[in-house]
Amino acid sequence: MSGELWPWLVVVTGALVTYLPRALGVLLSGRIAAESRLFDWISCVAYAILAALVARMIVLPSGPLEDTGLATRLGAVAVGVGVFYLARRELLLGCLAGIGALALFDWLALL
Amino acid sequence: MAFRFDHVTAFGSERAAFRGGLRLALGVPVIALGASYLGFGALVRESGLGLWHGLFSSATTFALPGQVLLVELYALGATLAVMALAVGLSGTRLLPMTMSLVPQLRRPGVPPWRLYLAAHFIAVTGWAMSMRVAPRLPAEERLAFFTGFTLALWLSVILCTAVGFHLPGALPERVTLALLFLNPLYFLLLFLTDLSQRARTLALLFGALLGPPLFLVEADWSLLFAGFLGGSAAFLLGGRRR
Repeated sequence: MSGELWPWLVVVTGALVTYLPRALGVLLSGRIAAESRLFDWISCVAYAILAALVARMIVLPSGPLEDTGLATRLGAVAVGVGVFYLARRELLLGCLAGIGALALFDWLALL
Repeated sequence: MAFRFDHVTAFGSERAAFRGGLRLALGVPVIALGASYLGFGALVRESGLGLWHGLFSSATTFALPGQVLLVELYALGATLAVMALAVGLSGTRLLPMTMSLVPQLRRPGVPPWRLYLAAHFIAVTGWAMSMRVAPRLPAEERLAFFTGFTLALWLSVILCTAVGFHLPGALPERVTLALLFLNPLYFLLLFLTDLSQRARTLALLFGALLGPPLFLVEADWSLLFAGFLGGSAAFLLGGRRR
C-alpha cells in the first residue's frame, strides 16, 4: 500500500474500533435504569477492570517505569496513600508526595 | 484548596456545572493525563508516524492504552487485522464503563446524538470522576459537568501529544518516571475517595488482586477476565446499594 495512505488507515481503524464499544454502550444502556441490579453488576465489572488496569500499571508497568524496582513503586504508593489520608483526602498532596517518593526511592536504590 | 469536588452537590445551572467540570479538570487530572500523553507523543515520533497521525489518534480515539498498542504494533509492522483486534480488545473496557455512566447522564429532553457524542469522551479519568460526582448532582447538570471535565482533558491531551512529539528525551529521566507514575497513582487515589459503596469497594479490591497475576498468564484477555470475575464476585458479595 502507498506510504501516504497506510498510516491514516491505521489511525482511522484505531479510532473506529475504540468508538465501537462506546456507541454499543449507549445503545445497550437505553434499557438500563440507574437504579437496577443489572446496572449495579455492570458498574462492578467496570470498576474491577479499571482496578486491574491500575494494579498492572503499578505492579507490572511497561515503558520506562519497568526499570524501577517493585519495592520502589510500592513504597511510593504507600507514601502517596499515607499522605492522602493524613491530608484529609487531598488528591493533589497525595499525588505530589507519591511521585516525589518514587523519584527519591529510585535515586536511593541506585546509590 | 478552593474547590473540593467531594463537597459539591449542585452547581446551580448547566453553565455553572460545565465551568465546574472544566475547573476541576484543570489541575491534577490534566497534569496526570497530559504527562502520559507527552509520552505518547514521543512514542508516535519514534514509531515513524507523523505529527498529524498522532494528533488525529488522540482526538478521535482518546483512550491511551489502545493508542499506545496501535502505535507499537504499527512500528512492528503488524497487519491491520492484528491491530484492529488488539486495540478493539483493549477498548472493550469502555463498554461496561459507558453502560454504567450513560444512564446517569440521560434525562428526558436530551436527544440521543448528545449521548453518542458524550460517549466518545468516556475514558478512565473522566469516567471515574463523573461516577463520583454525577450521582449527587441534579439530573440536568450531570451531562454539562461531564462535558466540561472531559473537554478540558481532551484539549490538553491533543496539545500534549504535539508537545511530546517535539520534545522527545528533553526531560530528565527521573522527572519522566515521576510523571509516568502520576497516572496510576492518581487513579488509585481517586478510587480511594469513592469507597462508600461496599460492592464497588470489593470490585476495586478483587480487580486489583486479580489483574497482575492474570496478566502474567494471559496478557490480552487479563483485564476482561479480572473485571468479569472480580466484578461479579463483588456484586454477589456486596449486597444491595443503600
